[in-house]
Amino acid sequence: MAKKSKKRAKSKTRTGQKVTKPKRSTTSKRGKAKSAPKPAAKTVAKKAPPRSATAEDMASRQREISVAEFFTKNRHLLGFDNPRKALLTTIKEGVDNSLDACEEGGILPDIKVTIAPGTADDRFRVTIEDNGPGIVKAQIPRVFAKLLYGSKFHRLKMSRGQQGIGISAAGMYGQLTTGKPVVISSKTSRNRPAHHYELEIDTQKNEPRILVDDAIEWPVERGTRVEIELEAKYQKGRQSVEEYLEQTAIANPHVSLEFVTPNGETLHYKRAAKQLPVETREIKPHPYGVELGMLIKMLHDTKATTLQSFLHSDFSRISMRVAKQICEQAKLYERARPSRIARQEADNLFQAINQTKIMNPPTDCLSPIGEELILAGLKKQIEADFYTAVTRPPAVYRGNPFQIEAGLTYGGSLSAEGLARVLRYANRVPLLYQQAACATTRSVLTTGWRNYALQQSAGALPSGPLVIMVHMASVWVPFTSESKEAIAHYPEIIKESRLALQECGRRLSVFLRRRRKAAESERKKAYVQKYIPHIAIALREMLKLSDRQEKTLVSQLTDVLERSRS
Amino acid sequence: MNKLAKEITNTAGAVRARIQRKRKPTLSFPLRSLRNVSYHPRKGFFELRGKKKTRTLTVATVKTFAQTLRMMSTARGLVEDDEIMTKREAYYVSKNWDDARFDEQPESDTVIDDIEALFQVNREQLGFIPEEKGGEIAGKLVVIDRETDTGKELRIDCTKFGSGAYSIPISVEHLKFETKAKFILAIETAGMFQRLVKHGYWRKANCILVSMGGVPTRACRRFIRRLADELKLPVYAFVDCDPYGMFNIYRTLKVGSGNAAHINRYFCAPKATFLGVTPQDIVDYKLPTHPLKDVDIKRAKDALKNDPFVRHYKPWQDAIQQLLDMGVRAEQQAFAVHDLNYVINNYLPEKLASPARFLP
Repeated sequence: MAKKSKKRAKSKTRTGQKVTKPKRSTTSKRGKAKSAPKPAAKTVAKKAPPRSATAEDMASRQREISVAEFFTKNRHLLGFDNPRKALLTTIKEGVDNSLDACEEGGILPDIKVTIAPGTADDRFRVTIEDNGPGIVKAQIPRVFAKLLYGSKFHRLKMSRGQQGIGISAAGMYGQLTTGKPVVISSKTSRNRPAHHYELEIDTQKNEPRILVDDAIEWPVERGTRVEIELEAKYQKGRQSVEEYLEQTAIANPHVSLEFVTPNGETLHYKRAAKQLPVETREIKPHPYGVELGMLIKMLHDTKATTLQSFLHSDFSRISMRVAKQICEQAKLYERARPSRIARQEADNLFQAINQTKIMNPPTDCLSPIGEELILAGLKKQIEADFYTAVTRPPAVYRGNPFQIEAGLTYGGSLSAEGLARVLRYANRVPLLYQQAACATTRSVLTTGWRNYALQQSAGALPSGPLVIMVHMASVWVPFTSESKEAIAHYPEIIKESRLALQECGRRLSVFLRRRRKAAESERKKAYVQKYIPHIAIALREMLKLSDRQEKTLVSQLTDVLERSRS
Repeated sequence: MNKLAKEITNTAGAVRARIQRKRKPTLSFPLRSLRNVSYHPRKGFFELRGKKKTRTLTVATVKTFAQTLRMMSTARGLVEDDEIMTKREAYYVSKNWDDARFDEQPESDTVIDDIEALFQVNREQLGFIPEEKGGEIAGKLVVIDRETDTGKELRIDCTKFGSGAYSIPISVEHLKFETKAKFILAIETAGMFQRLVKHGYWRKANCILVSMGGVPTRACRRFIRRLADELKLPVYAFVDCDPYGMFNIYRTLKVGSGNAAHINRYFCAPKATFLGVTPQDIVDYKLPTHPLKDVDIKRAKDALKNDPFVRHYKPWQDAIQQLLDMGVRAEQQAFAVHDLNYVINNYLPEKLASPARFLP
């Protein structure tokens, strides 16, 4: 969906696309997006169903829908199903953007989230403020008030944001429910004043409408502040803002978070590590992960002049030699112009790619949290008796490199009642909704925790004072929907997660067995201590010993029995 | 210091010495069970074979070990002061021992039995006496006892109890006897004993009647043993015809039990023989019967397989086999089917006509 939407956003300016009724948009839009290059065929295909409406009648009702309109109607796709979730999604999008920006700018993130009561009972003013590199003035309106506008979609690079929908969708939701504009201040350097904007989104055109454009004094070095008023519901507990921030703090120990609740309380999630995540490299797509439509588009858009050099330069892991091999396999002339490769030939090329053996994609594009920092994050937020973390070596699904990490804590302040708590992350972002639909949940469920001295009912999570964390790092995380709530069930992902969890489990079982043994011997010791004095008393009575001799006997006996341990 | 007290002290000293050498102390007891006894016809009783169990002090045994030692200390006190204590009292004394106290009396009884076996003496010598009643006597016997306070000689004529009987005391070692009776009849049930007493059977048959009341107590066995040895009288057992009567009552009377194997030499009457009721009697006297219960069959088969006494006597093996084949049991009182006094007038005289045919 996401990929298609992007194409749509790009082509929107070129071609006017038409659909019968906006209402039906979901399905028709899918088909439409794919066939974007030739919209004419679409209208013709639309046969008049029953009754008396003629093709002309219907044509009069057929008009373009903008992405913004589409998402206004389908806000649940982006995570704005209800007021409670809308609040969380808004904060999540803001914080994700801030973190991405800070890390790309090499700045240790200091982020402040404020939720203040809004102009009505069911409204809140959300402010997200960071110390990131700021945004240049010209880009601000489009970044914040145009859907599918951003830097992250057109590249394969590990980052939190992927699509360029999030923050503008949050702004749009706010505008829709309260009529208030999004307020942005951003400062890129100490010497310059901060830009100050108040923006609305023109949902019909998916274009920003600027209400206020100002320069203000903002006493910080640099940074960005977004303010959105929206209809929302503030609640504590599961799937709350607090939970999101806490989990963010666990997976991002280099972040310092400050949270001001609507009641005016301030919560601090302190920084536990000073090193930033390793800067990741952007990679080209791996040929195995490219679908036919994508390949055709790449063939059209490439700057390369020959098929061979196109393959070599636009994909990762294709040497000139492998490129030639592919051409031979597809029975195509290697010096052919890429843009001339017609649909039929692209099909051959696509098959040839999948028949040729190509090296796995490079993995230096991944930046896992690392075992050490996972431990630091867990220790910072969860008080427990046992912590462990495992980072798996990189693996590949559908041509996309990914890496799984797992963490596990046990005991301490955690409640012994009930099932384990599972923390899911994708590229360091906590996933709070749709736990049951997520590949990582599946891998936790299918791990045999009973082998590791834990209790687990058939088909359920293990029970006990346990928190399990699974993180997937990838250049492209396969979410099941745009609201980025669950990871799709790729067998490779489930397998890797399970391997990581099993290693955590093994370490836990060593700890648990050792602890049980210690408790056992402690109990034995106490038991023995109850009866040893009686042996000494009896011997004292029979042998007429002195008190001192009796005491010596007690200590000697204790010694003998404790040495034996049986 | 008395010899027994010295032995106890020595054992305690050995335990202490091992502890001082940083070794786990041990106590070793003869294994008290049927598997560890052998039957010597010439000696006439079950005798312990060599098997011993060694109780080493470990985490698992520390409680029993402590209890055994404390009970030993108690026994030593009793021996030294020439005092006695019932097993029930011993159980209450243990309530002073905090964590080492006994929760139920069977636990303390087992520990007392262990100590008894440890020193190869009977518990009365250690000063522990049972609560149980010893059994009852009627017939031509004079028991010579002493008054407890003055020590004056006391002659007890067992013919002079009318419809009652003389009770066997818990300790019988000091008693002396005089009699002109011809034999001793040991009876399982008090009911049958009452019938024989009421009709003065002892006068008619010139015998001494003993009511055992189930499995004979140690005192009862010892009493019969002394009568048999000192007065040179034969002992005939008259019990129910079932495996319990045969092996729990009669066999214990004759050769002792596995559990008390260490003291059997004193506490059995090897001269006893089995008057009845035999399986053949069921047939001969057309006695009403009950089917054998599962426990009866199990006990009978067990005796055939494991009881050294039964394995020594072919007639007993045949009798058991006969009983199992018939699949029934009969009680002493079953003779009432013919006539209330059929036992006195017919059964006993007929059986006593040929004691040589009694089961060994």
